[in-house]
Amino acid sequence: MEQVAELALMGKYIGAGLAAIGLGGAGIGVGNIAGNFLAGALRNPSAAASQTANLFVGIAFAEALGIFSFLIALLLMFAV
Amino acid sequence: MATEAHDAAAGAAGHSAGMPQLDISTWANQIFWVLVALVVIYFVLRLVALPRIGAVLAERSSTITNDLAAAEELKQKAVAAEKAYNEALAKARTDAARIVAEAKAAIQADLDKATAAADAEISAKAAQSEARIGEIRAGALDSVTEVAKETAKELVAALGGKADAAGVTDAVSARLKG
Amino acid sequence: MRDVAETGFAIHPMDQFIVKRFFCDAAHADCTSNIQWFEITNVTVWIGLTVLAIIALMVFGSRGRAIIPSRIQSVGEMIYGFIYKMVEDVTGHDGVKYFPFVMTLFLFILFANLLGLIPMSFTTTSHVAVTITLALLVFLGVTLLGLAKQGIGFLGMFWVSSAPLALRPVLAIIEVISYFVRPVSHSIRLAGNLMAGHAVMKVFAGFASMAVISPVAVGAVTAIYGLELLVAVVQAYVFTILTCVYLKDAVGGAHH
Repeated sequence: MEQVAELALMGKYIGAGLAAIGLGGAGIGVGNIAGNFLAGALRNPSAAASQTANLFVGIAFAEALGIFSFLIALLLMFAV
Repeated sequence: MATEAHDAAAGAAGHSAGMPQLDISTWANQIFWVLVALVVIYFVLRLVALPRIGAVLAERSSTITNDLAAAEELKQKAVAAEKAYNEALAKARTDAARIVAEAKAAIQADLDKATAAADAEISAKAAQSEARIGEIRAGALDSVTEVAKETAKELVAALGGKADAAGVTDAVSARLKG
Repeated sequence: MRDVAETGFAIHPMDQFIVKRFFCDAAHADCTSNIQWFEITNVTVWIGLTVLAIIALMVFGSRGRAIIPSRIQSVGEMIYGFIYKMVEDVTGHDGVKYFPFVMTLFLFILFANLLGLIPMSFTTTSHVAVTITLALLVFLGVTLLGLAKQGIGFLGMFWVSSAPLALRPVLAIIEVISYFVRPVSHSIRLAGNLMAGHAVMKVFAGFASMAVISPVAVGAVTAIYGLELLVAVVQAYVFTILTCVYLKDAVGGAHH
């Protein structure tokens, strides 16, 4: 019985760690958005200022998906 | 991992699930106070702060517009004043040039007149002097003839001859002319 | 985690988020269990300080109504102009009448984030209960407003008319799901960012007790503090601009 509980605990932690990998994807996404924004802004600096709102909205949406995996990790760690 | 080893949390056995955010028992409290805070902030902003700041911003922008208009007007005035100044300056320059030219002409006229008078005087004086010189020269010639005749008569007398006055005179005249 | 605590090297990055009664001595009484909705907790106190800070900036800062503003007044005016422009740009002219609401959200989140960065303070916006309240307020407000303004046409938002007909039901399901996930991502983003940042700071602060790596840890805490300052402002901005984006759907989404 003890061992089963230990095994469940292990699975929980491994699961949380795997879920946290998803944050890497969000990091790639956010970096992609920011990098492309910078590339576009250097090409046409006059249009950059008007697009910062879109930049942040895009970053927020990309980040949201990473935050879901963060949430899953937290739930696995603390709530399950 | 159940309960964290912490005095405060340890007292509440069971309710602390490790993550305070997921402790549902405190949610009612938080939600209530957040709603109170939002209502307070909303009405303070809605009724006091935002109208006031909006009014200040509107007033400032109208003040800036007015000031810009006034500045534009003053600029126009300055341009006009500069134009008038330039005109006055140009007029003064032409006046000055005209006065200088007039003065120069007047001086030139005076000068010419004076020169002419001086020339006339000089030529008059020169003519007079010439006449005198002519006179003197004529006088001198007469005197020379006279002296020569006298001298010849005296010479003739001194040599013991009987001087024929008319003959001596003719001879001297002939010699002088020759 | 208990093992770590027993070895004497204890870092409790989550303890800073514990909600407890404010007027309560932890040595003699139980300050954390059975908290009723009306009690004064540390959350209440820091929410109250947030409100006071906002009033100090927006009301007392502008009491001079000066044409040439004082520093505090110009900060208030800058925030006013910034949010006003954001609302106008994103939601269009029809959205301007919800400006006080958006301003309330922005100022509350901004000041809660910034006050949370004071050492020993409590970060109210790191609590999901707080942010889900804000997000649900936005979500319910936007949904009801959209239904009131556009009637059943508001549901046309889920029916992507530019997609091929066969794909539309599938897309509609995805759109509906993503619509209902909005408050979750909206609130978890804010709470998650703040919580993660503060927990990381706490972990590095815990490392500072080890003499060997304490200089690194102190440097790291300083650097992360700077990053958290940025995160505090950016997250307030992001929450606000997403509110505006959602409002646009309700106010005039069909016309765009």
